[in-house]
Amino acid sequence: MTDTASEATSQAASVGVPPARAKSRAWGRRGRPGRAGAPVALPGPAPRPWRARLLRGATPWLFMAAALVLLVTFTYAPVANMVAYSFTDWDGVSPELSYTGVGNYVDIFTRPELFQVFFVSLYYLAASVVQIAAALYFATILSFNTRFRNFFKGVLFFPYLINGVAIGFVFLYFFQDGGTLDSVLALFGVDTDRAWLSTSTSANVSLAGVSVWRFMGLNFVLFLGAIQSIPSELYEASELDGANRWQQFRHIIAPGIRPIITLSAILAISGSLSAFEVPYIMTGGATGTETFVIQTVKLAFQFNKTGLASAAAVVLLLIILAVTWVQRRLVPDDKVDLV
Amino acid sequence: MTTARNRFAAAGSHRTTRRLVGARSGLTAVLLAAALMAAGCTGGGASSKGEEAEAPDDPKKVSGTIKVLTHRTDLVQDGTMKEYAAEFNKTYPNVKVEFEALTDYEGEVKIRMNTDNYGDVLMIPAAIKKNDYPKFFASLGSQAERSKKYRFTDFTTVGGKVYGQSPIGVTPGFIYNKRVWQEAGVTDWPTTPAEFIADLKAIKSKTDAIPYYTNFKDMWPLSQWTGAIGSVSCDVQANDKLAASDPWAKGGELRTIDTLLYDIVHHGLVEKDPTTTNWEGSKPKLAKGEIATMWLGSWAITQMQAAAEEAGTDPDDVGFMPFPAQKDGVFCPLVAPDYNQAVSIHSQHKQAARAWIDWFTDKSGYAEDNLTLSPVKGAPLPDVLKPYEDAGVKFIELDQTNTALVNEIDNASEIGLNKPDYRQDLVDLARGARKGSLEDYFADLSKRWTDAAKTAGS
Repeated sequence: MTDTASEATSQAASVGVPPARAKSRAWGRRGRPGRAGAPVALPGPAPRPWRARLLRGATPWLFMAAALVLLVTFTYAPVANMVAYSFTDWDGVSPELSYTGVGNYVDIFTRPELFQVFFVSLYYLAASVVQIAAALYFATILSFNTRFRNFFKGVLFFPYLINGVAIGFVFLYFFQDGGTLDSVLALFGVDTDRAWLSTSTSANVSLAGVSVWRFMGLNFVLFLGAIQSIPSELYEASELDGANRWQQFRHIIAPGIRPIITLSAILAISGSLSAFEVPYIMTGGATGTETFVIQTVKLAFQFNKTGLASAAAVVLLLIILAVTWVQRRLVPDDKVDLV
Repeated sequence: MTTARNRFAAAGSHRTTRRLVGARSGLTAVLLAAALMAAGCTGGGASSKGEEAEAPDDPKKVSGTIKVLTHRTDLVQDGTMKEYAAEFNKTYPNVKVEFEALTDYEGEVKIRMNTDNYGDVLMIPAAIKKNDYPKFFASLGSQAERSKKYRFTDFTTVGGKVYGQSPIGVTPGFIYNKRVWQEAGVTDWPTTPAEFIADLKAIKSKTDAIPYYTNFKDMWPLSQWTGAIGSVSCDVQANDKLAASDPWAKGGELRTIDTLLYDIVHHGLVEKDPTTTNWEGSKPKLAKGEIATMWLGSWAITQMQAAAEEAGTDPDDVGFMPFPAQKDGVFCPLVAPDYNQAVSIHSQHKQAARAWIDWFTDKSGYAEDNLTLSPVKGAPLPDVLKPYEDAGVKFIELDQTNTALVNEIDNASEIGLNKPDYRQDLVDLARGARKGSLEDYFADLSKRWTDAAKTAGS
């Protein structure tokens, strides 16, 4: 339930370090020589010190420049703009706007019905539990020597590569009366005659199901990467000790990839709170499937309340930050030490 | 083929409207800069407020290249627009006309209007407030003058000046399959909502057709129902009265209209699963008689006839009827403009742009080509509306004096008379997918509307 691939992968990279570090430590303990000591300085003419220092200081920035420029232009600047708009009554088009102070925020917090849509997020939250469990299961299975494992890896990851809008349209056909789902069920002799998107519960479960299908691949790949960075000696050792697959998972894999699981949980929660694409395309928020982001988009683009909608977006950002903070306090990100 | 379609389509998912380029790194600096610049960004530079786009005296002397923004992507792609332009050049040889077709017209143009670059001629997006027209568009002349010749001047008049002109007039109504209705034994147009329901029930029991198709999933067809305002009471003030009254009170226009929709759905006279309807798919279904009725507008007739030809059925099966309500034994269908064409206030060639609008409205034949009503007063009805003439209907055009206020109340109340949301909820209510009673639902709408009306306009 995360729609922020780049964020996920960059965080995954940073969180993915601990197992690797554990690995080198394991080597260190076994007393491998070399490497650990100071690098041997190569003899040669020393460059002028101030230029060298400047160059060394600037190098990381030069490498990051492109990414930073893009990030600032397309993420931070619009966000800053949005924050500024949230204190105005701008309607999105008019050349005139006036500052209304915290008026929009007062408006949001005095209208409880604006927060009722978060109940819909519970469906997505429940779905993300299923999603993480399934991803963990597949990642574990496919980290062992399974037949056709590369094929299955591809199959599982593929949905994540498809554009969200396309997924919305595909699943619209999937769920429609006499559509793919009904046909497949009919093959097995099940005649449901059910309109999948027609009641609030059924529609939300169906949409959450689509989200599971879509994002499980991402979780799966993150888990698989982390699992494969666990040193194989540990499995060998545990096998010698007579551990079965479940015990290996319970005592080696699960603790080994804990940071990634925590990360997935955070992304899942923020993803469920800000679910948007799939429900927006498929139902447009009708039949009780409106999420907070859909509601915000409607405020901004249907009712021309850009100021109020910006404030709602800021509130959502703060809620997600708060939830993440609470989560990190409850489950601190411990250093992993498997040995 | 989408005439009125894009107009009501929900705006795209553009989350942020402007980008602040060139800010230095460092979040604080950016925040500060953005806060300072936000006001500057929105300044549209409307210094030339109140300017006029005058009609040229001599067609040979006017020159320049004008860009026309249009929602008719289909006509630009198949070259029809180019043919119009070639025809236009016979009178105005020195004007070069370029077209830019936008699929998500409403969403894209709304955002472009934050800049100075939104073409020379464009359709006025629904999002622009009426009172803001003088900031964005050059006037086409005074209302007193223009209303002698043209319909719909009311819709774009601000301070006595007219800012846009729709090239066509449309009338909302039911598209129906004549063959299916006849099979069910109905020959006359129903004159009351109750008769209409009875007819749909007859269709359900005597034919295999779906009596009424909601197009629930595509949303904008539901918002078309608002176009029926006025045909219940036959009152040209019906729209203006929304500002000062409760539209869902007993006997209110919208109460009658929405109750009809509710009853249609509540009696199970609609498709099995409204949540997965398909607009493109509905056209051949209506043409073939699998669907009996849809509430749309006269603009849809050509599309249905085209679908009939494609499906190999008789295009003459496509019929059109007004809202089932009469005043003194006469139907009162409305005539309303489609998108109004306007001249950008930033245009460098306002005379050429004006010439295009005048020519396109008066001489292009665009209205006839689309089987719609002409915006020129006294022009004959298109052939497809012949039955209307025979039935002796009285076309009415709603007064627009209070439109700006009505729109303000509509936005403030977050009901959205021209948005599909509240009718989607109504349909959900009618088919039991949402809890509650119709009375409570109307009461809630009434409360929101009247509360918003109290604070609006101040």
